[in-house]
Amino acid sequence: MDTSRSYLEPSSFSKKLAATIIIVYTVITLIPISWMVMTSFKNVNSAISYPPEVFFEPSLEGYVNLFTNRSRQSQEYLDSLPPPENWYEELVRSREMVITGPSKFLGRYSNSMIIGFGSTFASVFLGALAAYAFSRFRVPLKDDLLFFILSTRMFPPIAVAVPIFIMYRKLGLGDTHLGMIILYTVVNLSLAVWLLKGFMDEIPKEYEEAAMIDGYSRLQAFFKVVLPQAMTGIAATAIFCMIFSWNEYAFAVLLTQFNAQTAPPFIPTIIGEGGLDWPAIGAGTTLFLLPVMIFTIILRKHLLRGITFGAVRK
Amino acid sequence: MSVKKKFKGLSDKAVAWLFIGPSVFLLLAINIYPLIYAIRMSFTNFYANKIGREPQFVGLKNYIKVLNKEAIWEKMQVTANFMFWTLLLQAVIGLGLALLLNRKFKGNELLTTLIVLPMMLSPAVVGVFWTYLYNPQVGLFNYVINFFHDFGSFDMIGSSVLAPWSIVIVDTWMWTPFTMLICLAGLRSVPNYLYEAAEVDRASKWQQFIYITLPSVLPFLLLALLFRGIENFKMFDMVVELTSGGPGSATELASINLKREAFEKWKTGYSSAFAVILFVTIFGFGNVYVKVMNKIKER
Repeated sequence: MDTSRSYLEPSSFSKKLAATIIIVYTVITLIPISWMVMTSFKNVNSAISYPPEVFFEPSLEGYVNLFTNRSRQSQEYLDSLPPPENWYEELVRSREMVITGPSKFLGRYSNSMIIGFGSTFASVFLGALAAYAFSRFRVPLKDDLLFFILSTRMFPPIAVAVPIFIMYRKLGLGDTHLGMIILYTVVNLSLAVWLLKGFMDEIPKEYEEAAMIDGYSRLQAFFKVVLPQAMTGIAATAIFCMIFSWNEYAFAVLLTQFNAQTAPPFIPTIIGEGGLDWPAIGAGTTLFLLPVMIFTIILRKHLLRGITFGAVRK
Repeated sequence: MSVKKKFKGLSDKAVAWLFIGPSVFLLLAINIYPLIYAIRMSFTNFYANKIGREPQFVGLKNYIKVLNKEAIWEKMQVTANFMFWTLLLQAVIGLGLALLLNRKFKGNELLTTLIVLPMMLSPAVVGVFWTYLYNPQVGLFNYVINFFHDFGSFDMIGSSVLAPWSIVIVDTWMWTPFTMLICLAGLRSVPNYLYEAAEVDRASKWQQFIYITLPSVLPFLLLALLFRGIENFKMFDMVVELTSGGPGSATELASINLKREAFEKWKTGYSSAFAVILFVTIFGFGNVYVKVMNKIKER
C-alpha cells in the first residue's frame, strides 16, 4: 500500500477532473485572442465571410494595411504606373490602391514602449521605497496615509483630465512623453505601494537587522538585502504596472494628440473603406499584445511565485 | 532600545520620510492638486472651451442640478447593474478556478499563465475587437451561440436589452483571472498544518472547506473585489470602444456620461460637480468596505 502519499494530496481522480475543467476554460477563454490573431492573417474579404472561416488562405494584407496609408485609384491610373517594386506594393495594387506613405502605427507603438517602460520603472522604484517604509517604520497616521494612497485610484480619470490638461499646458508637459510617464507613474503608485507592502511584510525583519549588526546602514541593508529578497514581488508588481501603462486609454485619448499619442487610442482609428478594416485592426492588436505576452511568459515564474509568495516560504 | 541608535547612517525616521516623501509629493502634485482644482471648478460656471470668459462662483447650483437630474440616476443604475453582475460572476468563477488550480495537477502553471492572458490586453482594443466578435452578420460570438441554439439574427451591441450583457460578458472574460490569481495566492497561504490537524480531528472535506479554506481565502477575495469594484465604477475605455454607451443610453455608465458632459458639451463646472459626487460615493463605499474587510481579517 502506498503510504508515502500525504493524505493532504488531492486524489488523482480529483486532479484529473480539475485539470479537465481548467483546460476547457483555458480553451474557451483563448478563443477571442486566437480569433484576433487569425483575423490579422486573413484578407479583408475572408474576414467578413459567414460562417466565420476557421481555415483560410493566409495573407499579410492586414499587416500591410496597418503600416501604410493608401488611396484608391482608377484602373487607368494604376495601369499607367511602373510595375510594383515589391510584394506589398503588388498586394495593395491588386485592391486598386496605391501606397501613399507609412502609417503612424510605428510611431504610436514606440511611444507606448517609451512611456510604458519609463513609468513602470519609476512607479516600482518609488513604490518599493514607500512600501518598505510603511512595512518597517512607525509612520504617523499610517493607515490613513495608506488609504489616501489607495483612494487616489478612485477618482475617475475623466474628472482629473481637465485640471491635468490645464496644468500640463502651463508646465509645458502637454502631449509629451515625460508628462505621460509622470502621469502613469502616479496612477500606478498606489497599486505598487499596496502590492509591495504585502511582499515587504513577508520578508523577516531579522534579515536586515542582521545585516545592520554587521555594519550596514539602513539604506545599504534595504538595497542589498531587502530588495533582492523582494524581487519576486517587484517583478509581479512591475507586470501589473506595465500592463496598465501599456493599455491605458482614457488619459491617452484626452491628453495626447500628435507627439506622445500611444497605440490604444490609435488602433480603433484604423478604419478601412466601408467600415472597419478587421485584418488591420487584428494585426495592430496582435503586435500590440505581443510584448506583454512575451513579458508575462518570461516573467511567468516571478509572476506566479510572486503572487503565491506567502506560501512558498511557509 | 538604545541599540538601534548605534547603527550607522541615517536615522530610521529620516529614512522613512526619504522613502515616503517622493511618492507623497507626486500624489499630491498629480492627484490631489487636480482634485482640489476640480472641486473648485465644481462651484463655478466654468466652460473649458470658453477661455476668455472669467468663471463665476455659483455655489451649490451645479450639485443641485446633478442630483435633480433623472438621467444621472439612470446612469448610476446602469453602473450599479454592471458592477453587480461583473463582481458576482468574477467572484464565483475566479474562486472556482482558483480552487481547481490549487489541486496542483501537472501543467497548471502553464495553464494559469494562459488563463491570465485576457487581462493583459488593452480594454479599449478589446472593446474594438469584440465589436467584430459581436457583429450580427459575421461575428464569431453570434455564430457560436446560434450553433448551439438557433436564435436567428441578434445584435448584442445594437439591442438595448442585450447591450448591458455584452459589456458584462467582456469584462468578466477579461478580469476573472484577476480574482482567480488573488484567490490562488490566498489558498496557497493556508498553512498545511491546519488541514493536518483537521484530518486528525476527522473533519470531513466539506467541513475543512467551510472552516479552513473559505475563511482564509475570503480576505483575499474581498481585496480582489475592492480593486475590481473601484475599476468598474470608473469603467470607461472598454465600454466606450464597444458600445460607446449605446444604444440610446443603455450602457452609458457614469464615466461615459461624465466624458460627454466634460469633453463634448464642455460643461466643466457641471461635470466637475458630477465627478465630485462620484468620487464621494466610491470613497465612502471604499472606506466602509476596507473597514469591514479589516474586521473580517482580524477574526
